[in-house]
Amino acid sequence: MAVSTVSRPTAPVGTPPRHVDPTRRQQAVAAWVLALPFLVLFLVFTAGPVLASLGMSFTDIRSTDMRTPFAVGFVGVENYARLLADPLFQKVMLNTFLYLVLGVPLTMALALAAAVGLNRITFLRGLFRVGYYLPVVTSIVAVSVVWKFLLRDEGGLLNAVLALVGINGPAWLDSTTLALPSLVVMSSWRNLGSLMIIFLAGLQTIPTEVNEATEVDGASAWQRFRHVTLPMLRPTLLFGAVITSIGYLQFFEEAFVMTKGGPLDSTRSVTFFTYDQFGFGNYGLAAAASYLLFLAVVVFTFVQFRFLGERKER
Amino acid sequence: MARAGTRPRNRMVYVALTLGLVVMILPFVWMVLSSVKPDAEVTAVPPTWWPQEITLDNYRVLFTKLDFPRYFMNSVLVAAAVTAGNVVFGSMLGYALAKLEFPGKRVLFGLVLTTLMIPGVVTFVPLFVLTTNIGLTDTLPGMFLPFLAGPFGVFLMRQFISGLPDELIQAARVDGAGELRIFRSVVLPMCGPAVATLGILTFLTSWNNFLWPLVVAQDEEKYTLPVALALYSVGQNATKYGLLLAGAVVVVIPVIAIFLVLQRHIMQGIAMTGIK
Repeated sequence: MAVSTVSRPTAPVGTPPRHVDPTRRQQAVAAWVLALPFLVLFLVFTAGPVLASLGMSFTDIRSTDMRTPFAVGFVGVENYARLLADPLFQKVMLNTFLYLVLGVPLTMALALAAAVGLNRITFLRGLFRVGYYLPVVTSIVAVSVVWKFLLRDEGGLLNAVLALVGINGPAWLDSTTLALPSLVVMSSWRNLGSLMIIFLAGLQTIPTEVNEATEVDGASAWQRFRHVTLPMLRPTLLFGAVITSIGYLQFFEEAFVMTKGGPLDSTRSVTFFTYDQFGFGNYGLAAAASYLLFLAVVVFTFVQFRFLGERKER
Repeated sequence: MARAGTRPRNRMVYVALTLGLVVMILPFVWMVLSSVKPDAEVTAVPPTWWPQEITLDNYRVLFTKLDFPRYFMNSVLVAAAVTAGNVVFGSMLGYALAKLEFPGKRVLFGLVLTTLMIPGVVTFVPLFVLTTNIGLTDTLPGMFLPFLAGPFGVFLMRQFISGLPDELIQAARVDGAGELRIFRSVVLPMCGPAVATLGILTFLTSWNNFLWPLVVAQDEEKYTLPVALALYSVGQNATKYGLLLAGAVVVVIPVIAIFLVLQRHIMQGIAMTGIK
């Protein structure tokens, strides 16, 4: 989504004239005046903290050093070494990886199915689109409260529905094996709407003639989907995968509300771990953990820019 | 063409989409229905679908015994400030990036794009140290200042303003209008649709924001709605399902209402930021 139009040059970028043109200087002054408030806020509240966080990750800063943040000890990569050797951190890294590899395919598959369906219909399309998008605008905390209630062992809506068909539903959120997948399902339910809009827009760029031509050739619906639609949608799918991955890497609120990270840390994520360490006052360790997560996000961002660069060449 | 074969296939599509729609909407319906059930019925096994008896007790507790009116106001004030800031600062820098030529432009735009990818978890610890040292912890400015100028607003406004005709700006320049005056009197009045979209999206994002308000609001009086709801749901009220669901209704229903009324702007905004 974002960024794809960036590649499209909007104003003709002429070669800058060598002499100093008064209107150009006026423009430059005006531009920096307009940029100033954003820049100041950006430096103080984003760029500064991003660098400070990196700096803190190499120190032993704790909550007791709050008033003297510059008088702390430099410990090199000790925080990182401690994290990587910590069984709990290994566990939250694994959990975060599981959120990613379970959540991204599931969310994408559901969003793609919805988009393909919506692309086939015209009557009531707006209603379906709004309905599927609805959870995206709601607070994760609020829907987590609702789903915690819905997934209850006894008296939960899901197990009540399962009981109708004779299935004795488990205690979804109390099980070390089922809790994480349950959170993934609930997240996919909440997030599929935005991907669906992106995929639907991608599907609508595929000319109907292409489908009609293959239909005349006798290709089945599945063959057409597999060999025409999917390849043509590839850039959109790739983009969707990257932004969804970045989202799942930061998984936190669902686990905070629905399972408190349990049972037995089976749903605790890297962000949750970072928040916990902050709560314990271990600021240096928390900063190091957040930077390892940042590293993962940067890798996926890199993939995205590679992909956007690819599009630019066309 | 294959008209005859299309109809039953479409019927299957409608059946599947309708089933999906039920799954998407049902949790919200159940949330509302359960929030007006008396305590004993909320926890009944098996659960009831329609309330046997309707009561507003849960809402009465939220708004009289608990401090939900205050949390609601905190959420509104923070979201309003964040929205105003993003619209103002976003359109300022967005205009500069879209229509002005100046040294450093590419770097600045690269910076904005990079910032889009920075996860909140990376900055919250140093931000907390900063807000504590300048005395902003437990204050509303402490909650909204870090979000006052986001990259998304700049990006969206730049995309929109890029599409405005250059001729109008050139004409104003020929008439001798200064650059800032052109921004205020020529460009801004044409930005209505983009401002509406950005305003709505920013308001929703701020309303639902969780990690930073959770960190910076140590004092109960400064909680926003999601913070209050999350802490109640893991604290001593964890089993008061009726109360928690009523709280979820208070958090969710205003944004659903805003979304349903203004959904055209939101869908447009997603298109404007570059899908298509």
